[in-house]
Amino acid sequence: MADSPILELRGVSKSFGAVQALTRVDFAVRAGEVMALVGDNGAGKSTLIKCIGGIHPADGGEVRFEDRTVTISSPKDSSALGIEIVYQDLALCDNLDIVQNMFLGRERLSSFARLDETAMERAAMQTLASLSVTTVRSVRQTVAGLSGGQRQSVAVAKAVMWNSTVVILDEPTAALGVAQTRQVLDLVQRLGEKGLGVVLISHNLHDVFEVADRICVLRLGQKVAEFDAAATNQQEVVEAITAGKVEQVPGMATEATA
Amino acid sequence: MTDLVQQPSAGDVTSEPARGGMADHFRDYVRRVRLGDLGSLPIIVGLVFIAVIFQSQNSAFLSSRNFVNLVVQMAGLTTIAIGVVFVLLLGEIDLSVGYVSATASVILARLLLNDWPWYVAVAVGVCVALVIGLVQGLIISKAGVPSFVVTLAGFLVWNGVVLIIIGGLGTVVIQDRTIVGVANTFLPAAVGYAVAAVLVAGYAAVLVLRTRSRARDGLPTAPMSLLGLRIAGLAVLGLGAVYAANLSRGVPLVGVLVMLLLVGWSFVANRTRFGRHVYAVGGNAEAARRAGINVDRIRVAVFMISSTMAALGGIVLASRLRSVDTAAGGGNLLLNSIAAAVIGGTSLFGGRGKVSNALLGALVIASVDNGMGLLGLSSGAKFVVTGLVLLAAVVVDSFSRRGRSQRGMA
Ligand SMILES: Nc1ncnc2c1ncn2[C@@H]1O[C@H](COP(=O)(O)OP(=O)(O)OP(=O)(O)O)[C@@H](O)[C@H]1O
Ligand SMILES: [Mg+2]
Repeated sequence: MADSPILELRGVSKSFGAVQALTRVDFAVRAGEVMALVGDNGAGKSTLIKCIGGIHPADGGEVRFEDRTVTISSPKDSSALGIEIVYQDLALCDNLDIVQNMFLGRERLSSFARLDETAMERAAMQTLASLSVTTVRSVRQTVAGLSGGQRQSVAVAKAVMWNSTVVILDEPTAALGVAQTRQVLDLVQRLGEKGLGVVLISHNLHDVFEVADRICVLRLGQKVAEFDAAATNQQEVVEAITAGKVEQVPGMATEATA
Repeated sequence: MTDLVQQPSAGDVTSEPARGGMADHFRDYVRRVRLGDLGSLPIIVGLVFIAVIFQSQNSAFLSSRNFVNLVVQMAGLTTIAIGVVFVLLLGEIDLSVGYVSATASVILARLLLNDWPWYVAVAVGVCVALVIGLVQGLIISKAGVPSFVVTLAGFLVWNGVVLIIIGGLGTVVIQDRTIVGVANTFLPAAVGYAVAAVLVAGYAAVLVLRTRSRARDGLPTAPMSLLGLRIAGLAVLGLGAVYAANLSRGVPLVGVLVMLLLVGWSFVANRTRFGRHVYAVGGNAEAARRAGINVDRIRVAVFMISSTMAALGGIVLASRLRSVDTAAGGGNLLLNSIAAAVIGGTSLFGGRGKVSNALLGALVIASVDNGMGLLGLSSGAKFVVTGLVLLAAVVVDSFSRRGRSQRGMA
C-alpha cells in the first residue's frame, strides 16, 4: 500500500489551441511523500496542477486516485477527493476579508442558515498563527490590503486548513520572507510526515532538495526525468531542466500523437 | 479542522477593530476614511446639503407632510434599486428592470380587472418576473452574452409586451382595495411607534447577542459604549421619523414594507452563504469557481432577484398611481434605479456595495425630485441636477478606488 501512489496521472495531455502544454505526462505522488515538480518557465507545471484541480480538465490520459480511475471535471470534484491546491495566482477575492477567503465555498453555518462567523474567524486565526503569520494586522481586513507575501500566506493557510489527502503548492514561497518560507517548508515536511501526498512546485532547488523525497522534471510539456532526491544532486536536476531530452518537438505534437 | 497545523502558541493575529475604547474606534474610522474607504459619508454629507438648500428655498421641504410624501414617492424606486444592488455586486448590469416592473404591474392590473383575487394576481406577476430573470440569467451565464446586451434586448421586449397587454385600453385602473392600500395606507400613530420600537429592539438584540457570542469565543469585540451609541442613534432616527410622520398622515405602510425588504435582503447579502458567494463572484469570478462555487447558478439567481424586486417595485408604483398606463416602466425609472444603487455607494465594478445603498441613493434621488418639484422647477432642471449628483457619486467612487489602489488595497 505504501508504494502504490495516492494520486497518479497516466499519459495526460493538454493543449490550448495550437499550444501543446502537456504531452502524455506520467506523474505520481505517494502518501507520505513530498514530490517536487520542477521545470523552466512555461514547462507546463501549473497546467498539470490545473488538470488535477479541475480548472481545465485534461484532453487525454487517465487520472487515478487511490487506485481508482476518477474524472475530475470541476474544482468541486478534486476537493471532494481531498485534494487541496495553492495556485500560483493564489485565487483570492480582493474584496473579501481573510476569514471569508479562507472559508470561501465551504462556509460554516449556524442556525437559520446563518454564516457562523465566530467559528470561522477563530479557526482562521488559529491556522494563521500556526503558520507564524503574525504580520497581519487583522483577519477581518480585506485581502486587497495585504502584501504579496501575506496574500501567499493566506492562500497556503486556506489550503492546509482542511482534512485533505493531497496538498499541492504551486510556488508557495515565491513572495515569502525568510521566516515565512521556513514555516512553509516545515509545513510541507510536516504534511508529508502526517501521511499526505504533497506536491511542491518551486524554482528554488535549494528548497526542493531540503524537503523533497522525489523530483519530477518537466520540459516543454513533457516529463524528462524523475529523481530520488537522496540519489541525485542539483547539477543533475539543472541539466534535466535545461537540456532534458524531449521526444517530441512542440508544435509537431499533434502529428506525433495522431 | 485538521491537526496538521500546529496549535497556535500565541494569538498574534487579531480581528480588528482592536479591543479598545471609543477613541480607538474613532481613530480607526478616520484612518479608513483617509485610505479611501468612505462608506456612507459622502452621501450623508450630500443629503444634508440637499436638505439645507431646499429648505432655504422653500420651508415646506422639511415639513411633516412632505416627509410622508417623500417616503411614498421613493418606495417603488428603493424596491427596484435593491435588486439592482445585487446585479451590480456581480459586476453586471440589468437594463430591463424598468419594463420588467411594468410587465408585472400590467399583468397584475389586467388580472384584477378580470376580478382575480389580489394575491393570485400578485403571485402571477411575481412568477412572470422570476421566469424573465431566469431566462435572462441563463442566456447571460450559459451563452456568455454580456448582461448589458441581453438586458438591453429585454428592455425593448418587455416594453413591447407592456404595450401589447395594455392594448387599446390606454390605462388600466386598479380598484382592488388591498393593492391600492399598499401605497395608500397610513398607520395609526401608536402602531407607527410600535413598529419603530420593534425594529430598534430587534437591532439591539442582534447587536448584543453577536457581541456576546464573539466575547464568549474570545474574539475581540466593539466596546459596549459604541454599541449603545449605535442603538441609541437608530432609536432617535426611527422614533424621530415616526414622530415626524405622525404630525401629518402617519407612517406609510409601504415605508414599513420597504424596511422589511431591506432587512431581509441585507440578511441574505451579509449573513448567508449565497450572499457571500455573490460578493465572491463579483470580486473574482475565477477564484470563486476554483473555490467550488457554481458561478453560473449565482448569476442566474441574482438576475432572478433583480427581476423579482423590479416586479415588487412595479406593484408599489402601480398602487401609488392606482393604475397602470402605457408610460409605465418608462421615463427615467430604469436610470434612476441604477443611479440610486450607485449614488448609494455600490460600485459599478462589482464586489463592493450594500443593500442599504439602495435606500440612501433612492432618498437622494427622490429628495432632489421632490425638492425641485416644490420649487416649481422644470423636469429639465431635475434631470440636470440628478445627473450631476450621479456624476459626483461615480467620481467619489472612482477616487476612493484610486485611493485604495495607490495604497495597494484594490
Ligand atoms: N489558459 C491558457 N491558454 C493558453 N495557453 C496557456 C494557458 N495556460 C498555459 N498556457 C501555455 O501552456 C504552457 C505551460 O504553461 P504553465 O503555466 O503550465 O507553465 P509553468 O511551468 O507553470 O511556468 P512558470 O514557471 O512560469 O509558472 C505555456 O506555453 C503557456 O503559454
Ligand atoms: Mg506556473
